Amino acid sequence: MPNVSVNGIVIDDTFAEAFGMRATAIIITAPNRKWARQAAITMTGFATSVIGCGCEAAIDVELPPSATPDGRPGCRVLIFAMGTDELQKQLLNRVGQCVLTSPGSACFAGLEGSAALKLGSALRYFGDGWQISKKIGGRHFWRVPVMDGEFLCEATTGLTKAAVGGGNFFVMAESSAKALLAAEAAVAAIGLVPGAIVPFPGGIARSGSKIGGKYKGMIASANEAYAPTLRGVVRSELGADINAVLEIVIDGETNDAVAAAMKAGIKAVIELGPQRGAVRISAGNYGGKLGKFIYSLKDMLP
Amino acid sequence: MKALTFTLVAEPPERLDLSLLTAERLAGIERRDFEKIQIGMSKHGSKVGDIFRIAGNDLLDIVFEGGSARLDRVAEGMRGGSVRVVGNAGAQAGRAMRGGTLTIEGNAGPHAGSGMRGGRFEITGNAGDHLGGPLAGELAGMNGGVLIVRGKAGAFAADRMRRGLIAVLKGSGDNAGSRMIAGTLVVAGGTGEMPGYLMRRGSILLDRAPKSLSPSFVECGAPESVFAAVVDRHLIADGILKRPLLGNAPQKYGGDNAVLGMGEVLFPH
Repeated sequence: MPNVSVNGIVIDDTFAEAFGMRATAIIITAPNRKWARQAAITMTGFATSVIGCGCEAAIDVELPPSATPDGRPGCRVLIFAMGTDELQKQLLNRVGQCVLTSPGSACFAGLEGSAALKLGSALRYFGDGWQISKKIGGRHFWRVPVMDGEFLCEATTGLTKAAVGGGNFFVMAESSAKALLAAEAAVAAIGLVPGAIVPFPGGIARSGSKIGGKYKGMIASANEAYAPTLRGVVRSELGADINAVLEIVIDGETNDAVAAAMKAGIKAVIELGPQRGAVRISAGNYGGKLGKFIYSLKDMLP
Repeated sequence: MKALTFTLVAEPPERLDLSLLTAERLAGIERRDFEKIQIGMSKHGSKVGDIFRIAGNDLLDIVFEGGSARLDRVAEGMRGGSVRVVGNAGAQAGRAMRGGTLTIEGNAGPHAGSGMRGGRFEITGNAGDHLGGPLAGELAGMNGGVLIVRGKAGAFAADRMRRGLIAVLKGSGDNAGSRMIAGTLVVAGGTGEMPGYLMRRGSILLDRAPKSLSPSFVECGAPESVFAAVVDRHLIADGILKRPLLGNAPQKYGGDNAVLGMGEVLFPH
């Protein structure tokens, strides 16, 4: 099938290829929105890619006081990893170092999953014997004394094995500024989709990679086919009109969440139009043989 | 199926042991033999048929129409379904229950919910002494579940409580939460003397400052408490209270330092 054009933007006849992952969610609350976001942003820092960070994490949605267990502003954070053990380790390290430490914070389960991951039931040891176990309405909490009162933390949170990581699309434009504008529009739209995150800086990756490399030990390396400076010297995927490519990588709680996020992001890029934003949209894959989940761009059009 | 209903015909001539009239205990008995079950505890030896008129047959929905302070051990050890008493109940109602719902639409006697381990038990009137507490010789009182008294409770409510939630809405007698091991006791409407006397762990949540505390309780400040917010919201969402009990930064007293000293008495600052 040939490439199609929507609103003057070329949509490549290709697909994104994604993988099954393990994911969990927590709800972080704080006395105000600023500190709920601060705790969430800190714990999801350095969590762009499992390749080097151990997990991929970001804020899923901000929650109004009416939607949190303690009636304070909060954030729902999603965390993805390749295995349950690594997810558990990352969860405890990050909540222990970044949420427990954040002023006025509290931490609750954000997911009812097929299995439980330890949360407060491990962090409680910070209490050094002064921690208090409380069961309220069928939920188990730990109260850990800290210097501004108590850190309240739910004992466990849920694990889902239905999560998907690596949904993606490329935003390709005539200039860096236009590519960035289009990618930002996509990220803003995906932010409204529940259950999906874009873990890279501001939701955008500029160093899309291929698997392996010529140097020993490199898991991922430059994707030269999409690097505009190499357009003339390698077998490039880029035409003469493309000078910048940015990638949006999406992780979702479910297959449907990833598809919804891709649709929302692509719709935003198309609505922005080729004059101000991208002239072409493509996606990354490995020939369809490695990933369990395939998202054809044709199916993701608005 | 219609609710299995025991309608009280006249005031019983003696104390009755109704622990045999639960879904679990009646399960192996033919419906026509229910009337022959002996429940009288004195020389009268009353049988069910002497005291009650029986209708319906749903073991998981048992109703006692008409109450009396002589109806002891109602729903003892129940594990599921529902039991409702329309009227008063005697001693040890809901003792050692493990599941299901028990409602007494009237007053309950001493040791209501004694040693219960699960389920939900609601008393719309008042409860006697030792609410949820252990019988003589037992090491722990209530061990799980939810016990709500819409009226008053007597002395020693939540004695030796270990787990679960007790809520008393119109005040309790002296020594509420005495010797608590853990768990949560909520008292609105004021407590008598020395709540939390010799408590080891656990939380006593009050809607006002206690009239007195054992001198071995110590003042522990009033920082903002997410726990208080979560409890307040739960009590309202569960239909136990209509408005917040503690507020966001309750005053805490820690104790009883005559024993382990890891318990707490919280009340609005």
